[in-house]
Amino acid sequence: MELNASLIGQAITFAILVWFTMKFVWPPLTRMMDERAARIADGLAAADRAKQDLANAERASADRLREAKQQAAELIAQAEKRAAQIVEEAKDQAKVEGERLVKGAQAEVDQQVQQAKEVLRQQVATLAVAGAEKILKQEIDAAKHADLLASIQAEL
Amino acid sequence: MAAEQSATGYIVHHLTHWRLETDGFWSGFHLDTFWVSLALGFVFAGVFGMVARRATSGVPGRLQNFVELIVEMVDSQIKDAFHGKSKVIGPLSLTIFVWVFLMNSMDFLPVDMLPVAAQAIGHYAFGMDPHHVYQRVVPTADVNMTFALSLSVLLVIIGFSIKAKGIGGWIKELLTKPFHAEGLALSIVLAPVNLVFQAIELLAKPISLSLRLFGNMYAGELIFILIALLPFWAQWVLGAPWAIFHILIVTLQAFVFMMLTIVYLSLAVEDH
Repeated sequence: MELNASLIGQAITFAILVWFTMKFVWPPLTRMMDERAARIADGLAAADRAKQDLANAERASADRLREAKQQAAELIAQAEKRAAQIVEEAKDQAKVEGERLVKGAQAEVDQQVQQAKEVLRQQVATLAVAGAEKILKQEIDAAKHADLLASIQAEL
Repeated sequence: MAAEQSATGYIVHHLTHWRLETDGFWSGFHLDTFWVSLALGFVFAGVFGMVARRATSGVPGRLQNFVELIVEMVDSQIKDAFHGKSKVIGPLSLTIFVWVFLMNSMDFLPVDMLPVAAQAIGHYAFGMDPHHVYQRVVPTADVNMTFALSLSVLLVIIGFSIKAKGIGGWIKELLTKPFHAEGLALSIVLAPVNLVFQAIELLAKPISLSLRLFGNMYAGELIFILIALLPFWAQWVLGAPWAIFHILIVTLQAFVFMMLTIVYLSLAVEDH
């Protein structure tokens, strides 16, 4: 074993190799690893964000669903109320209409009764006059007693 | 380089393994290859295991990021090249890549650093003759190491084949491919030919795997040793470019070893 100048020569060579590695081999490697780490970190962050987004979306959709359900319930209640109202109104209308119809019919009936009465009265008057005529044929001159006959007719 | 030591002596000393014993059966056991690869294996297992235990599913730290990067790279290569299902291939490929890379990386250390340190320890702590303390630094520049790796891979290849096709299916494939005959008689005639072809194909895999890695790393180490023979003020002129170029070779050889293992295993489970 001996230590000699070869040691220095090899040390220089080794130093150059170390320098070369530091300068040209190590930086691309570390850059690649840093990029990889950054990519992984980004990926994990993105995953977290996506998870958060998903939770938010789920919460929002649940809210929306509850709102919609509430709205639907309100609409149904309103519709039911309105339907009841319409039925009520229709009932009222029908009642009024019925009453009106009844009243009209009553009036018509009254009128017809009146007419019938009138006709009857006239017929009775005519009959009475005719009777009276027959009874009084001899004594009563139609022309002479026209006034009298007319007043009787009016009274009947 | 000392004056009393010849260039040849220097090179030979550098290329001599630290053996368990100087002669006898265990002289073939290279302690230096063994301890360096073992230590690097512990480095790999320790670092990756620690990162795996502390791993967070959140934003990773630098070290976890680095480990994830390597694991991801290996995993994507497997997904591209391996069309089967296996729990073994992932860890196997990752271990091969990182371990081979670490062992190849021992080339970056100054070529005399560990040998001289070993000589110092041997001399001062154990009173040994420093000229008989041997320490080779790059385990993958030892053909024993690369063959240990590639023969293990060969066993895994055979295991995968048997698991995918069944022992009968595998033996049938050994005897009936690549030459397939219709009649029984012709099939029997062709069986030995097929067996020879299959054996060559199978054995060529570990041989090419290990010799490619060994050749690259041995040549690299040898050139570092030769550069160390230059005058000290001139060494960096060749040493620095070679070391920088070696970054590429070290990574590439580790990658090629891993990639070919995946491809071979993929071929093993496929019907071809």
